Amino acid sequence: METASAESVRKHVRVYVTVFVTLMALTLITVAISTLHLGTVAAILVALFIASLKASLVAAYFMHLISEKKLIYAALTLTAVLFLVLMVIPVSHFADRGL
Amino acid sequence: MQIPYTVEPRPDTGVYNAKLGIWLFLASEVMLFGALFSSYVLLRVGATTWPHGYEHLNIPLATVNTVVLITSSVTMVMSWASLALKNLRKFRVYMGATVGLACVFLVIKGFEYAAKFEHGLYPSESTFMAIYFTLTGLHGLHIIGGIVVNCYLLGPGSKMWKTDPARFTNRVEIAGLYWHFVDLVWIFLFPVLYLL
Amino acid sequence: MSEAAPGALAGIRTDHHAPPGFWRTYVFSQDHKTIGIQYAITALLFLLFGFTLMMIMRWQLAYPGQSIPFIGKFFGDANAPDGVMLPEFYNQLGAMHGTIMVFLGVVPLAVGAFGNYVMPLQIGAPDMAFPKLNMMSYWIYFVGGLTMLSSFLIPGGAAASGWTSYAPLSVIATAGQTVWLFGMICLITSSLLGSVNFITTILQLRAKGLSFMRLPFFVWAQLVTSFLLLLAFPPLEAAGVLQLMDRLAGTSFFMPSGLVVSGQPLAYTGGGNPLLWQHLFWFLAHPEVYVLILPAMGIVAEVIANNTRKPLWGYRSMVYATIFLGFMSFVVWAHHMFLTGMGTVISSFFQATTMIISIPSIIILTALFLSLWGGSIRFTTPMLFALAFLPMFGIGGLTGLPLGLAPADIHLHDTYYVIGHFHYVVAPGTLFALFAGVYYWFPKVTGRKMNDTLGRIHFWLSFAFINGVFMPMFIQGLAGVSRRLYDGGAMYSHAQGVMHLNVFMSICAWCLGLAQIPFIFNFFWSIWKGKKVSANYWDATTLEWAAATSPPMAHGNFATTPEVYRGPYEYSPPGNAADFLPQNQPVEAR
Ligand code: HEM
Ligand SMILES: [Cu+2]
Repeated sequence: METASAESVRKHVRVYVTVFVTLMALTLITVAISTLHLGTVAAILVALFIASLKASLVAAYFMHLISEKKLIYAALTLTAVLFLVLMVIPVSHFADRGL
Repeated sequence: MQIPYTVEPRPDTGVYNAKLGIWLFLASEVMLFGALFSSYVLLRVGATTWPHGYEHLNIPLATVNTVVLITSSVTMVMSWASLALKNLRKFRVYMGATVGLACVFLVIKGFEYAAKFEHGLYPSESTFMAIYFTLTGLHGLHIIGGIVVNCYLLGPGSKMWKTDPARFTNRVEIAGLYWHFVDLVWIFLFPVLYLL
Repeated sequence: MSEAAPGALAGIRTDHHAPPGFWRTYVFSQDHKTIGIQYAITALLFLLFGFTLMMIMRWQLAYPGQSIPFIGKFFGDANAPDGVMLPEFYNQLGAMHGTIMVFLGVVPLAVGAFGNYVMPLQIGAPDMAFPKLNMMSYWIYFVGGLTMLSSFLIPGGAAASGWTSYAPLSVIATAGQTVWLFGMICLITSSLLGSVNFITTILQLRAKGLSFMRLPFFVWAQLVTSFLLLLAFPPLEAAGVLQLMDRLAGTSFFMPSGLVVSGQPLAYTGGGNPLLWQHLFWFLAHPEVYVLILPAMGIVAEVIANNTRKPLWGYRSMVYATIFLGFMSFVVWAHHMFLTGMGTVISSFFQATTMIISIPSIIILTALFLSLWGGSIRFTTPMLFALAFLPMFGIGGLTGLPLGLAPADIHLHDTYYVIGHFHYVVAPGTLFALFAGVYYWFPKVTGRKMNDTLGRIHFWLSFAFINGVFMPMFIQGLAGVSRRLYDGGAMYSHAQGVMHLNVFMSICAWCLGLAQIPFIFNFFWSIWKGKKVSANYWDATTLEWAAATSPPMAHGNFATTPEVYRGPYEYSPPGNAADFLPQNQPVEAR
């Protein structure tokens, strides 16, 4: 990024604006959907899906992850895997306990 | 002897030191909030009853706050882009806006907290309230941290623009990565706490 | 050799406008070597303190209810009226012994001290990537340590819930627990800053030609260790924050409904889960045991390669094993929780992962053993400690296997067998490796070597007594004696047959304390009076020995930036006059 030319930075700026508009729209959509009071499972799935979408947009464009170096991807992949392991904590806690 | 790769990227890894450093730091932050999120799931699944966020919390205020924070993310990235275009004045404007929006976020959050306290809702009220205060409180601390860093870059830190503009631009990029992460955490906290 | 340095010194100092003053040179230094020494001294003092706590406890275990001689009257009536230790005080000593040894002693010494001092030199870097962060991480550690210690002085005393701080007892414990939590948050912050710095340094500042498969094994060990610290500590930080909320804001994250203590219902709303604490704690604490052992393996590998005068056997497999070990350590945490009502499927999963993770440890240990084969071994003092490490760690590791299998663990869980098991890993294991490191790198830091006779006395006495302390613990544990007992088990009939061992173990522990006197004396005496030696005293190949003795204490380690031409352990290369070929020696110069 640090060597970006003026032209490519300007292109970036246009992308930022598009992403911003999308994020706003998604925020309103998720709030709107929440007023429908879907069933628990559906509500969780929809809300988390939209949140992940927004998060990916932020990560990809604002944090430039879309064009990052391999080393950073490697570190983040490791982190993502371990994040999933963290999510195993509740699973391992409740699964197969005969509750 | 100077420490190499503080400004220019190392050829084989393709990044400069601070870029790698901040991503590693963010990785640890992912594990911090991940553990809290995992705790939330465990407690919620184990609970006999769990209120819907909208029964206790103020969704309109939180929506405004979401908008505020996302906007501040955009101004943050614009402040970096302004530096990349060698425009210090614009950088100041955008960075100032970022700090301002961050403060707005905190003020709104303050109103929310105050309203809870007025109704006698403290963290000890229920596990839901406990999780709500802990997560938003920790996130608020991160916001404060970001404000401090950004103020530094806006004020005394910006002297570096004259002596070492490339390094200063890098610093703003690094601060930006942190700030976007704080935004990202909120993007998850908002539905999890308020909408579900 | 220290005379050869001035030219280099002058060349390095030119970058700096003015020589930094006293405070910047010795106290708030940003130089990795100074910080390494600061860590070393602080951590050694903490180790001594933690060990002293244990020597005091061992009196109570050997002679329950008898007045502690000489020092008993200094503890005050709140802790030891008439010199007789109260149960509450015993618990404080035990909890603080564990916490201090792990978080304030071994890890700061292995990572903060050796990692800081040696690693940048071994990769040919002028300093750490972020010198300011490095300084901060030392000072935050220092403050965290003092915070912990200060808790002995507050009403109610120090934390008393064990180093594991299991809820719900820790939540309703005295104020010392709050201090413990604040201390832990400092220590966690410090290691996070440190690990970001270590990883960045290793990945970014390697000298030219130093590819990953040419890194000394010690650097690999530090790299994987840093990843463990970086990614496993935050969940404990989260847990710490939740426990603080429980204690200070009255939340019930770890408090189940309907708790009654001494006939009084507790004022908690309940709805929380005490097992959540255990999950989060062990999510850190299992990787933590590899944080305790990996740097030790790194040191031992360096010392063994150097003193057998041959390349490490199976360097690559050791590296891959280390990486695999690091990763697997994140998926075994629940083997500490077999007795929490876990179902058989989940328990089988964690038993399987636990058996799998033992494989890389065995690979590393086997490779180190095989490295001895056919070597012309020099029995130097560091080598003695490194050699002793191998069987001692072997005992520690092998006795761990039954603990990883649920049927056996039902009997062994929370007995002295467990205490014996992990102490074999961390005391005659890691501690011996750390001693090896002190003897091995002492000449690099000071330009003088430590006395060999005293070193040998230190080694043989420590070796004998440390086994005397920990071997009987297996016997007691198999007989069913629980850990953390105020009277060492005297009130249980099933323990009567093994109670006599307590006196023997305690005497060994005190003698172990006495056996450290030659070391302490040797350490200080050698700083000023030790034999002066050359910059590469051990005829070693890795880059730290290419730097001048006690390299200048400002940024900059090498007179010229080193370049690397070969792997780390080119000992006794065929066709070479000397029996070692340094990594930075160009081929032509042969
Ligand atoms: C070399 C001298 C040492 C001796 C004589 C010693 C002795 C003991 C004994 C007897 C206990 C059990 C106390 C009880 O159950 O009431 C204990 C506990 C413990 N020790 Fe050590 N130890 C030594 C070194 C270390 C080292 C180097 C470490 C860590 C790196 C360590 C970590 C621990 C931990 C974590 C516990 C458990 C504390 C708890 O129950 O919460 N010890 N030690
Ligand atoms: Cu374990």
